[in-house]
Amino acid sequence: MSAYITGTDANFETEVLNTDQPVLVDFWATWCGPCRTIAPTIEEIASEYDGKAKVVKLDVDNNPQTAMKYGIRSIPSLLFFKDGKPVDQMVGVVPKKVLAEKLDALGQTA
Amino acid sequence: MSLTPTPLPPGLDWDAAERRTIVIVGTGPAGLTAALYAARAGLAPLVVQGPEPGGQLTTTTDVENFPGYPDGVMGPEMMADFEKQATRFGAELRWGAVTHVDLSQAPHRLVVDEATPLVAESVIVATGASAKYLGLENEKRLLGRGVSACATCDGAFFREEEIAIVGGGDTAMEEALFLTRFASTVHLVHRRDELRASQIMQDRVLNHPKVQVHWNTVVTDVVGDDAVTALATRDTVTGEPGTLPVTGFFVAIGHKPNTDLFRGWLEMDEAGYVQTHPDSTWTDVGGVFVCGDAQDHVYRQAVTAAGTGCMAAIDAERWLAERHVIDGVDTETEYHAAPAESSETGEPVEG
Ligand SMILES: Cc1cc2nc3c(=O)[nH]c(=O)nc-3n(C[C@H](O)[C@H](O)[C@H](O)COP(=O)(O)OP(=O)(O)OC[C@H]3O[C@@H](n4cnc5c(N)ncnc54)[C@H](O)[C@@H]3O)c2cc1C
Repeated sequence: MSAYITGTDANFETEVLNTDQPVLVDFWATWCGPCRTIAPTIEEIASEYDGKAKVVKLDVDNNPQTAMKYGIRSIPSLLFFKDGKPVDQMVGVVPKKVLAEKLDALGQTA
Repeated sequence: MSLTPTPLPPGLDWDAAERRTIVIVGTGPAGLTAALYAARAGLAPLVVQGPEPGGQLTTTTDVENFPGYPDGVMGPEMMADFEKQATRFGAELRWGAVTHVDLSQAPHRLVVDEATPLVAESVIVATGASAKYLGLENEKRLLGRGVSACATCDGAFFREEEIAIVGGGDTAMEEALFLTRFASTVHLVHRRDELRASQIMQDRVLNHPKVQVHWNTVVTDVVGDDAVTALATRDTVTGEPGTLPVTGFFVAIGHKPNTDLFRGWLEMDEAGYVQTHPDSTWTDVGGVFVCGDAQDHVYRQAVTAAGTGCMAAIDAERWLAERHVIDGVDTETEYHAAPAESSETGEPVEG
């Protein structure tokens, strides 16, 4: 069972922007090596933060509008959203601990 | 480039530190092959993955020259295979990067992510190499926001945009050509008036309708608040400043070995490649071995990295056996002493 949500250009507003929870969005593509490397970490974070934060995976090839809107220039790009706004961005393979700490911090300011 | 090693962070509890027979630093082809051999030798290696799990090949697409894959293979897939094979025999992979070392005595001391102490009877350095950057502050700030050292990874985000690439070797030419598939214009910025790349690659690039070459030009700054909007340049002959209105800036000026961590401990050449004893992976510190791109400035291939990774595991196993850290090996008959004394062990190695 995967706890992450598949983001699209169509559902981005409801799933990411209009929610009270902090959101981690993983911009990725099938051809991107480091994206595959980080995929298991993203999935673990998604299950561990189930109910506390949302984790969204968005394929940039199929959803170019959202990728363009947030100026994605490199993947994996990990964007953190709070109250509909991007508050932080990390690029490349990031250790789970760093992601968890960020989500914890965003959760506390809720 | 100081020669004094960085001291270990204070306050770590070394008595309670995890203790391992062998720690491998890096999970590229070299590290994972060393892990495979060490695991099969029963040494239960701990492998610290570092900032780029799977190594450089995870940033490329097709690998056509690794034997055993007759139809070629995607770099990331190949590295997943390497990992599977190493973990199947008990190699333990761990997140994190080694941030400090103290190699003054065996067992050696390592610190992971500035916080976790680790004691190792033997260490295999397989930290590989990374793309070089120009070293500008704004280049670093805008990394992933228009600045990239990997055309194959990020090129597709610059469809119909103007971009620039800096570099003059074959890799730079390959990347420039690749970028022409997406960009409307590729500005090739080069500090001299001729390229180092092979004639055939030069011809392809210089004759490409989308490529605009800027000879005798250096990049002095990367401009942009949240994303790259331009490059500041300078003409090296006239001294005249200039700007290039680009949204992407690709750096292709070569690679440098990831060995800063070991400065002051291991002997290196000027570029930072760790020196080895002839025909071996021995460094000048007992129990510390080096393999792959961290020590090889000549071949720099996945298969040679894997080859030296295998050598490092075998060298480490022998070293451990000789010091009776591990047993079961008859050091008198089966294994010779350090290649420092004898570089021709000539012994067949069990598979
Ligand atoms: C775009 C590209 C395409 C290529 N294509 C080919 C090809 O087709 N065929 C071929 O044979 N070769 C190719 N190469 C070269 C090949 O990738 C390298 O020769 C090979 O990966 C070197 O292996 P390595 O294990 O020594 O190091 P790397 O692959 O560089 O791996 C280094 C490892 O060390 C880790 N590390 C670094 N610092 C630390 C630290 N402080 N703590 C812990 N871990 C650390 C990293 O996370 C990484 O896992 C290509 C290289 C590039 C960049």
